[in-house]
Amino acid sequence: MRKVYFDHSATTPVDPAVAEEMMKYLTEHFGNPSSIHAFGREARKAVEKARQQVATAIGASSVGEIAFTGTGTEADNMAIRGVAYANRHKGNHIITSAVEHSAVLNCCKQLEREGFSVTVLPPDQYGRVTAQQVADAITDKTILITIMHANNEIGTIMPIKEISEVARERKIIFHTDAVQSVGKIHVNVDELGVDLLTLSGHKIYGPKGVGAMYIRKGTFWHPIMFGGGQERRRRPGTENVAGIVGLGKAVELATQRMHADAERLSKYRDRIISKVLEKIPHTILTGHPKERLPNHVSFCFRFIEGESMLLMLDMKGIAISSGSACTSGSLEPSHVLTAIGLSKEVAHGSLRLTMGKDNTEEDVEYFLETLPPIIERLRAMSPLSEGCNPCACSTCTVHEEDHHHDHGEIEEEF
Amino acid sequence: MYSEKVMDHFTNPRNVGEIENPDGVGQVGNPSCGDIMKITLRVEDNVIKDIKFKTFGCGAAVATSSMVTEMAMGKTIEEALQITNKSVAEALEGLPPAKMHCSNLAADALKAAIEDYLKKQNA
Repeated sequence: MRKVYFDHSATTPVDPAVAEEMMKYLTEHFGNPSSIHAFGREARKAVEKARQQVATAIGASSVGEIAFTGTGTEADNMAIRGVAYANRHKGNHIITSAVEHSAVLNCCKQLEREGFSVTVLPPDQYGRVTAQQVADAITDKTILITIMHANNEIGTIMPIKEISEVARERKIIFHTDAVQSVGKIHVNVDELGVDLLTLSGHKIYGPKGVGAMYIRKGTFWHPIMFGGGQERRRRPGTENVAGIVGLGKAVELATQRMHADAERLSKYRDRIISKVLEKIPHTILTGHPKERLPNHVSFCFRFIEGESMLLMLDMKGIAISSGSACTSGSLEPSHVLTAIGLSKEVAHGSLRLTMGKDNTEEDVEYFLETLPPIIERLRAMSPLSEGCNPCACSTCTVHEEDHHHDHGEIEEEF
Repeated sequence: MYSEKVMDHFTNPRNVGEIENPDGVGQVGNPSCGDIMKITLRVEDNVIKDIKFKTFGCGAAVATSSMVTEMAMGKTIEEALQITNKSVAEALEGLPPAKMHCSNLAADALKAAIEDYLKKQNA
């Protein structure tokens, strides 16, 4: 059976060239970068080379502005909490958006419990917030704005440049989570005008378990972890040398490949979007039709549930993901899909397809052949259809209050 | 994450559809939670002669619906009322813990259909 991996926003395979670089630092050059001897120096050299690779890729003016972390989530925590704690004397207000990754949203929620006040901006139907919305939300207590560069679920690219102009004018620190955009679209910290930016290795053919935080020189920030002097005390703990080497190589390769990949994949993307909308009725494209990641396609199919669709595609060898409750491990559908105004019912029928460097035209055609009969089959099985309101039917015991949520073992709050 | 039995019922669901002019109809669930099950029955001499389902939901929701129709087919009304959500899950060799409450409503749908049938009988 044909196997098609269309879930590159979840994770990517490690590029063989990246793995090859990494291997040496697991076996031969195993030294601790903090050690003075030759073993340590070899490892230190590799970490600093990777730092240069990351700095170059995102246009940082100095390598000292890059700190390696364990994950993208850790980098987000460091950026957001580090700025919040350091600037508490100036104010306690943070601005973010309702479509952020949980790493950002739940970090803000925690800060709220600690006495910070958080404004969560509602996005438009495409998942964008405007610079004007940000400007209107700023108070004299605002110390941080954190808005993602590109959305993981719906692919929408935020107007970061415009928002950063507002932030700069009002002298407020601006962070962007660029985990989904680095390596896919042009990312330059000066052009974007951000003070902090976070990225992750495994979304760009690097290894899992490594990320990085960019912090512009002069940004007032405190560490949130304490220990040794590694990473200029920003992220103490012995460096994951092989992982860092892998991230460095991966980000370098991704930057080299980016334009060619974006051109090819955006053609596939636009073909999938137009064909699916043409072939399958009651389909909603989620996210911005134009201002979206070149490899990213996302839909909601009405009257069906995402997990069933995902399982059926999986049986045909196609790996995709969904923001339905059943696939998220919680009982609630995606907070991003509900934030852009979709009803929970519609949000349950979501599909996200994210392409990568190794996908081909054949993969796209195979998907376009495979999907319509699956949707048709699930719709034939569904009691929902156009004009049928299940709650209006006389024999129906459908109730609006959640019959089972009080038994839920998984707590998810959005 | 799903047992073989669940995957079997999900892949080849039994008794999908809707009976025309059914003797009983039951529907439970909530579209906002992502699960709705509708069961239609044909009853003769107190025995379930035909049963069909339509389900909006995840793999577990489809599999439990299919299983409950298989379990109820040919049973008397009294026997069918003994089927519980728990026994459906057991017949499927278990469900993942997160699905036990959210997608395991098929016996409730069956019960609602039977109650509808009984109500019509008494009307």
